[in-house]
Amino acid sequence: MFAIGGRKSPLVWAVHLSVLLLVLLWTLPTAGLFITSFRTADQIAVSGWWTALSSSERNQVTRLPDGPGTQATDGSYTLSGTVLPDGGSVVAWGKTSLKPKAFTPGETVDMGDGVTMVVQANGSYTMTGPKALDGGGRIFFTAATPPSFTLANYSKVLFANGMLRAFINSFTVAIPSTVIPILVAAYAAFALAWMKFPGRALLLAVVVGLLVVPLQLSLIPILRLYNNLHDLTLVPDKSLIGQLIDLSGLGTHSDDGTMVGFSSKSYLGIWLAHTGFGLPLAIYLLRNYMVGIPRDIIESSRVDGATDFQIFRKIILPLSFPALASFAIFQFLWTWNDLLVATVFLSHQADSLVMTAKLKDLMGSRGGEWEILAASAFVSISVPLLVFFGLQRYLVRGLLAGSVK
Amino acid sequence: MIQQIYTGLATIAVGVGLALLYFYGSNWLLDRLLPQGGADARATRNIRLAGAIRPWLFLGPAIFALGLYLVYPVIATIQLSFFDAAGSTYVGFANYTWFVHDSNIRAALLNNFLWLLVVPAASTFLGLVTAALTDRIAWGNIAKSLVFMPMAISFVGATVIWKFVYDYRGADQTQIGLLNAIITGLGGRPEAWIAWIPWNNFALMVILIWIQTGFAMVILSAALRGIPEETIEAAVLDGANGLQIFFRIMVPQIFSTIAVVWTTITITVLKVFDIVYAMTNGQWDTDVLANQMYFWMFQGTPDFGRSATVAIVIMILVIPIMVWNIRNARRETEGH
Repeated sequence: MFAIGGRKSPLVWAVHLSVLLLVLLWTLPTAGLFITSFRTADQIAVSGWWTALSSSERNQVTRLPDGPGTQATDGSYTLSGTVLPDGGSVVAWGKTSLKPKAFTPGETVDMGDGVTMVVQANGSYTMTGPKALDGGGRIFFTAATPPSFTLANYSKVLFANGMLRAFINSFTVAIPSTVIPILVAAYAAFALAWMKFPGRALLLAVVVGLLVVPLQLSLIPILRLYNNLHDLTLVPDKSLIGQLIDLSGLGTHSDDGTMVGFSSKSYLGIWLAHTGFGLPLAIYLLRNYMVGIPRDIIESSRVDGATDFQIFRKIILPLSFPALASFAIFQFLWTWNDLLVATVFLSHQADSLVMTAKLKDLMGSRGGEWEILAASAFVSISVPLLVFFGLQRYLVRGLLAGSVK
Repeated sequence: MIQQIYTGLATIAVGVGLALLYFYGSNWLLDRLLPQGGADARATRNIRLAGAIRPWLFLGPAIFALGLYLVYPVIATIQLSFFDAAGSTYVGFANYTWFVHDSNIRAALLNNFLWLLVVPAASTFLGLVTAALTDRIAWGNIAKSLVFMPMAISFVGATVIWKFVYDYRGADQTQIGLLNAIITGLGGRPEAWIAWIPWNNFALMVILIWIQTGFAMVILSAALRGIPEETIEAAVLDGANGLQIFFRIMVPQIFSTIAVVWTTITITVLKVFDIVYAMTNGQWDTDVLANQMYFWMFQGTPDFGRSATVAIVIMILVIPIMVWNIRNARRETEGH
């Protein structure tokens, strides 16, 4: 806005700078999580993630081995070893905890009683004295460790922490919850856009009204409905219907295990719930798009004798692909990211938790295990981020179709 | 686990298959029952009849799902709000009386009010500024993409991300949270942002603003591009400066879009639950209505009546926006 009409303004730099600042503000938190997820618990505990790229300094203490040390030909005794068995370098060291940075590496330090000690930068030390050494003392040092990253958090999260299970659960919830509403909405949107019937305007108004109904409202009635359905369908486990329900994976048993009924917390239940909650937006988006398809195309195929069903399948569906894609992305992101619906309609047992619910649990119960939390969070947001960066074009198009006319 | 993948794939196939079967089958059946071939009076009548029935075949599943999952619950929730905890005994307005007098609810209402005041305004404003700035530079699209990115992240994921920003350690320790590290780096005292009443509410709002700004930016950017060049050129000729052009010429022209963005974010704010639930679960005076609703539904002693009452209040707050939306939509579809 500062360079309108081709005039180059010196303020252009201000624009560049402020956009850079904004972008930094918007990406740094995520970058922080990303970097944290590759650090060990120890590293996370002592320094911020922004120090991960430079080498980190840490105060450590080590105990020298017991005396007397090896005797050389001239009668002096020597103790040697390394304070850094795992690599890194010594920045400073000291004799007491009060002055842990008193000496520099390579410096020969008088330890009293004619004993001298040298600690090299690579961590190796030599303690030399005229008579048998006591050993066993402690030395304090500051070690610099080069930046190091680990994949251990991810392998722990995925293979030991049940996150892989949650990952699959999330997909099991999200994919049918995306596909079913698209199918249902596409037909309804076509009817609302191109078929004439009484009550069409009213129905459209209802859909627009339902767009903003908070889904919170639905939770209790639907949960009660599901519970009632379970009680109503309760049949003996031995009966054919009971065994069918059991086999289908949709059933739960009564307390004594002899009866089986439809489960009130099942994937089918949550798919249908997500379908219901996603439909208003789906119908609205798709109808707005389908209305824009030129009337001539549809009229001429009607003249050619095509039925509504054929028009829908052969003309409308292929032409509406961009709108279908953008709704699919929305719905996938929404169902993948949802916590509330999943908490209400899926059981809290470990094997049916979705990623968001798992994350919430980790935040509560394991507030201290940052490395697990960070890696889990990143696994959970990686899928939507991939979808986002891969299909951003459609997402933007969908947003615009829904909000700007 | 492998079995679950197979079961998942199989159920997807069955579900989609059933839906397709319905649409194909019902159409086929309709054409079978009402043959439309030939030119006699019967065929004409059949064509008319089939034409009247077919829309409802197309709409059937959608109407069923909308009715079951959205319309019926609205009615059932209204009804439940007049019943006791178990939803079995009529208690009149007792739940509403409770709602008006409960101190937790009052705190949640106040917080909700703050959220409604701050988040839509801040997100829309930041989105507008970002849109205007990024439209003017070569790498604007990359910048937009990065600002838009949090839209894809779940509220819980975003909460984890910001937990790492807000983390607090005692003043004598190394700060590992970004915000406190910056503050101590500048010589300030670290702060426990999440427990710092009442400012912790703003710390939580920042998370939602961070998510929603990208949404506002994308839509407002498209609206800004739709502004006719002539209006801006005329202003330049009249000697208006950049800021004047932006606020006096451009903003008024996209005002209706700003309103749409504002109301959409307002609805999101009313429904916001995950952020508060995951970060504080309402502790340290950060409760909001949606979390109270969840609290009465599952935590402590479940009370469906109270939970339903909270839901109804959220619904009532949304109604003005709903009416406005419907009126706008009707205006658009007129003449179609």
